[in-house]
Amino acid sequence: MTNLIPPSAIFIVGALFVPFIKGRLKSVFMLLLPVAAFITLVKMPEGKYWIVHFLDYDLIFGRVDRLSMVFGYIFTIISFIGILFALKVKDDLQHISALLYAGGAVGVSFAGDFFSLYIFWELLAVASTFLILARRTKAAQNAAFRYILVHIFGGLCLLAGIIIYIQNTGTIEFAYIGLGGLASWLIFIGIALNGVIPPLHPWLQDAYPEATVTGAVFLSALTTKSAVYLMARTFPGTELLIYMGVLMTAMPIFYAVLENDIRRVLGYSLINQVGFMMCGIGIGTQLSINGTVSHAFCHILYKALLFMSTGSVLYMTGKIRCTDIGGLYKTMPLTCLFCMVGAASISAFPLFSGFVSKSMIVSAASHGNMVAVWLVLQFASAGVFHHAGIKVPFFTFFGHDSGIRTKEPPLNMLLAMGIAAFLCVAIAIFPRPLYDILPYPVHYVPYTGAHVVGQLQLLMFGALAFCLLILSGYYPPEMRAINLDTDWFYRKGGRLFYYIMDKALNGINRASERVFVGGLAGYLGRVSRDCPTRAALLAMVPAWVISGITGEKLVLKKAGVRAALRTGTSPIGITAAIATIFLVVVFLLM
Amino acid sequence: MKRELKIFDKPQNVKRFLVFFYISLVVLLIIDFFIHKHADFPWEGATNFFAVYGFGSCVALIFIAKLLRIFVKRDENYYD
Repeated sequence: MTNLIPPSAIFIVGALFVPFIKGRLKSVFMLLLPVAAFITLVKMPEGKYWIVHFLDYDLIFGRVDRLSMVFGYIFTIISFIGILFALKVKDDLQHISALLYAGGAVGVSFAGDFFSLYIFWELLAVASTFLILARRTKAAQNAAFRYILVHIFGGLCLLAGIIIYIQNTGTIEFAYIGLGGLASWLIFIGIALNGVIPPLHPWLQDAYPEATVTGAVFLSALTTKSAVYLMARTFPGTELLIYMGVLMTAMPIFYAVLENDIRRVLGYSLINQVGFMMCGIGIGTQLSINGTVSHAFCHILYKALLFMSTGSVLYMTGKIRCTDIGGLYKTMPLTCLFCMVGAASISAFPLFSGFVSKSMIVSAASHGNMVAVWLVLQFASAGVFHHAGIKVPFFTFFGHDSGIRTKEPPLNMLLAMGIAAFLCVAIAIFPRPLYDILPYPVHYVPYTGAHVVGQLQLLMFGALAFCLLILSGYYPPEMRAINLDTDWFYRKGGRLFYYIMDKALNGINRASERVFVGGLAGYLGRVSRDCPTRAALLAMVPAWVISGITGEKLVLKKAGVRAALRTGTSPIGITAAIATIFLVVVFLLM
Repeated sequence: MKRELKIFDKPQNVKRFLVFFYISLVVLLIIDFFIHKHADFPWEGATNFFAVYGFGSCVALIFIAKLLRIFVKRDENYYD
């Protein structure tokens, strides 16, 4: 077993070779990396592998159990799809970043100790930043800068928590932690930031829409779901997560309805979907954890599919705002079809993947008799169909005809979307293979008459509301605008902080200059310069007066001493006198 | 340029689509009377509960979103 290298290392080491391989061979090489990682995964029985002794601690690069395996599988599958989608990109920076990013996500899934976890966690943050930077626009650069700052903050919280945890327990191995004590709270906040739990969420809808067309596919899959994995590992059954999850399902859908940028709409719906998962982790029963894990699996596929289809539109037309596009089904029918499969899957339509996974979480809420939670989750289910299920395909491919006439994206992109779409439908029709790899045995039956009809009613009557509101003109119009979120606090607050610091610190600086440089230092300079003259005069004048020198003569004598001391040409007698006075003063002061 | 799909350019096709949609809604309402339910909450088992809830949710969603827009909408260059 240990003769194999860890799956994360396959991606990371593989990434280093990418710049040195050219042409078709590079495509084959990159596609083989996730395949090799997947084969390694399939051959890994449960247990702990790749244990490396380091600084008195054991680093565990392969903690393999049912929870980590599901995430390992889906991260490698989506990496294959993402690489295929990005195959024609002539930018090694993106390829290398994406592979390192995938390696980080797989590494997080199998890390059995805090040290290696933290390294992979930071690799996620850094590698993903380059997928935003690689867009090479001013907006992307700014968004990437905010993105990495926010993630450094989250990473530092995690690190601080880890250090205190190790200090308290004496071990770097981790499993269930649970909330209680400073260390656990800091770790929780670190994970929550990547898991887009409010108010730490706005980095997602800020940064993802600015990423490259192909980078967004990896982004949509890896960071948040690594956080879901880690949260499920360390904080299952934490009640706070139920309420945070519920808030996450409900809040973003209002924003999504108003949003103009289609990829930002998908960002909001991503938060909404991760909300279902966090809620499932919070409920913490076998059913809800199974629901969370299976939903993460399905979600990665359909969300990537949605980002690929809308990314294809951006790639082919250069536009992605509701106000700029529309009517694209005419020239991009296959992309439109794939987008609709993704939309149906995220909406949990029967025969599409969300239906067999999300319902487990909702059922877990009802089995736990959580009335309010259940009602909000159902509201959010209808809402997600409304914005991600209808709005995204409708405004992109139908709606008003923008007059844009383009064509389908290249074959590799269509193939990547095709594979994801196929999996979305296949999982829904044959959920058993997915159910069989979940952490706990699955007794759940998704296709009951009541569930199918109930879900169809919820969605179709939600669609009726959309239809009637659009036809009556009451639906909020597409607008070139942005909507404020909690990032206002650091985007505007940051500037306010800068302004205050500028005024306060520079003010202190100016005052210091005036008082010390211009005032005190000058005064001391003058005093020091005049001191020998004054001392000399103090000693000499009485002597002169006694010896009868007064009036004009005294003035001339004084002027002579001043000039002599200024030019350093005083007679030896005067110099000796001043030196004596100086010594007397020093003696007295001592 | 390749041939274009123009299926929804014809108003009668849009109309057909809507008619099909409305019929499917009615069918869903009728089917619900014949479905055996084992609900955790009493209202969950009520006939056509999900139709009412789905419709109500989405109308509420739009109303609240429109209200929210008053407070959160800013110019595209707000942060620049």
